[in-house]
Amino acid sequence: MSSSFASPLSAIALIVRRSLRQHALSSLVTIVSVALAAGLLMSVFSIKQQTHNAFTSGATGFDAVLGARGSQLQLVLNSVFHLETSPGNIPYSSYLAIKRDPRVRWAIPYAVGDNYKGYRVVGTTEEFYDRYTYGDEQKLAFEGSGRMFREAYGEAVVGSMAAQATGLTYGSTFNTFHGLNFDEKAQHSTEFIVTGILKPTGTPIDRVVWIPLEGYYRMGGHEPRDKKTGKIIEIKPGVAIPDEYKEVSAVMLKLRSGGSGASLDVEMNQQGNIRTLAWPIGKVMADLFYKIAWANQVLEFVAYLVAIVAGAAILASIYNTMNERRREFAILRALGAKRSVVFSAIVAESATIAALGSLLGYVVYGVLISVAASIVRAKAGVVLDVTAYHEALRLTPIGMTLLGALVGIVPAWKAYSTDVATNLVPTS
Amino acid sequence: MESLLSIRDLRKSFRAPDGRDQAVIDVPSFDLAAAGQVALRGESGSGKTTLLHLIAGILRPDSGSILLDGIDLAQCSESQRDQLRAQHIGYIFQTFNLLQGYSALENIELAMRFGGTLDRSRARALLDRVGLADRMHYHPRQLSVGQQQRVAVARALANKPKLVLADEPTGNLDFRRASESLALIREVCSENDAALLLVSHDRAILNSFDTQHDLRNLNRAMAPLDDSYDEAGAASGSPQEVSK
Repeated sequence: MSSSFASPLSAIALIVRRSLRQHALSSLVTIVSVALAAGLLMSVFSIKQQTHNAFTSGATGFDAVLGARGSQLQLVLNSVFHLETSPGNIPYSSYLAIKRDPRVRWAIPYAVGDNYKGYRVVGTTEEFYDRYTYGDEQKLAFEGSGRMFREAYGEAVVGSMAAQATGLTYGSTFNTFHGLNFDEKAQHSTEFIVTGILKPTGTPIDRVVWIPLEGYYRMGGHEPRDKKTGKIIEIKPGVAIPDEYKEVSAVMLKLRSGGSGASLDVEMNQQGNIRTLAWPIGKVMADLFYKIAWANQVLEFVAYLVAIVAGAAILASIYNTMNERRREFAILRALGAKRSVVFSAIVAESATIAALGSLLGYVVYGVLISVAASIVRAKAGVVLDVTAYHEALRLTPIGMTLLGALVGIVPAWKAYSTDVATNLVPTS
Repeated sequence: MESLLSIRDLRKSFRAPDGRDQAVIDVPSFDLAAAGQVALRGESGSGKTTLLHLIAGILRPDSGSILLDGIDLAQCSESQRDQLRAQHIGYIFQTFNLLQGYSALENIELAMRFGGTLDRSRARALLDRVGLADRMHYHPRQLSVGQQQRVAVARALANKPKLVLADEPTGNLDFRRASESLALIREVCSENDAALLLVSHDRAILNSFDTQHDLRNLNRAMAPLDDSYDEAGAASGSPQEVSK
């Protein structure tokens, strides 16, 4: 015997399956609209968290930045994320002084102001390659047989993204362009040869073309000037440039401890008024996110609105079938289905559409966060963790399914109220 | 013989467009024995469908009693009537009322689910019995009218009901198919020990039953017949059971 107890749930499940199949097109359209809404909701919350983490977690490899007096945010955006203009330069002596400071583990100077095909050209020292670590204390490495530039030569190394975008490879020669925005008329005469392509780090340094600080100073248009007279100081090849004529845009710092940062912060930012210390970098960026939190709230509001519209789409999709289904409900009732079974079947159908849409929403989410990650990577060099978990990934499908069940109550009530006797005869 | 169905002083009215209550059913007494087969002659407007709806528990009477195997449907809640209908009453509609989105087999299985027991082998056996073994997975629109009617018959028997109600079950069939169909309905009801109460206006159908009633004589809400309708010898005007 294949006889078995059949609960009302088994009847409801069959009714839902058959209804979805009978109204396949409208169900599919509604499921897709729910998927878009669910995907958008999950993406808004997840991208917000991932972006926040990527810019504030300190995975950029530096603890603090020393620069000209001004905005800490501008200093960080310019020197760490290579996004903003420089707030100005500080004397080379400031770099030497902070380098000698016992609270500082290491200090690396940056000189910015040039680009190559829109990618930043940054002058620094060989020490950058030796000292800099990112992520889990990983050191920089070169593709193939590449090596770090030598400071006395016209050599350069290129970040992975910059190399990919500009076409620079090992052995390429190139001339930099003045300014942070690419202008082909502003080409410098000094030629550099690429001695290495850095392996990807997932940090903003991937978007940078690195040249020796000395090379930067000796480039046409960057010659040191006498501070009093403004006259260009003549620099002869092989002769060192006096430190008093040199300037740096920023000094990137790795500190010995958190206490070192606090004490430097007091010294530079509160007691002094010549330089600015951006510390900790994560907090500076967190302040930025705090300031633009309203933008996230607008995005969240729009996402909630889209979810409500998707709920309304479910309601309209099912409600529109109610008239044609009155006879079906009457037949179900005549076969012995209780009102509660018919009511539950419609609520379950609505919730099922929302649940299926939410499942499909994971695909939409995957696409959206991948696109967002590639944009952030291209614009800021920062890598978003697209596989990271956010509560929205769990709560959105639950919330959308509950919303589906909620809006299903309206057509379900209509089904519940269907009069059996008057609807058992054909309407056409 | 003990009655399976026993109706006493059954009354049902509907609100007329002019606002007055219009009596549609007023049946003082009616009985149907277990496994018995009775035909009711019912012309259009005689209240036949309303009476069947009352017996099936789809409608609730204004007064009176409908005892089905000792349970008074008039005293049951709607939910209890739904349960009784699902488990103990099979209904064959004139228009079959098959669910269009479901296969023949699913139409029967869904009725079984409402009855509380899903017996797939019985569902298949019923379809086999009505000659649709090779059409189990066809949807109603893929079946002929006669085949749809046979699915309706199989579905009515799905939950081994004590009573099968048939409302003009052959109304949509030609004479030959109507006779075949009627024979099938009566056979499968007998095989399943289900009583059959069939309503029709087709004299040939009615005359095939040993026991038949004229609903206009049974139902005092309608005017009694003023002439003999039954050329085969039914006692005209009698509210009582007519036996040939």
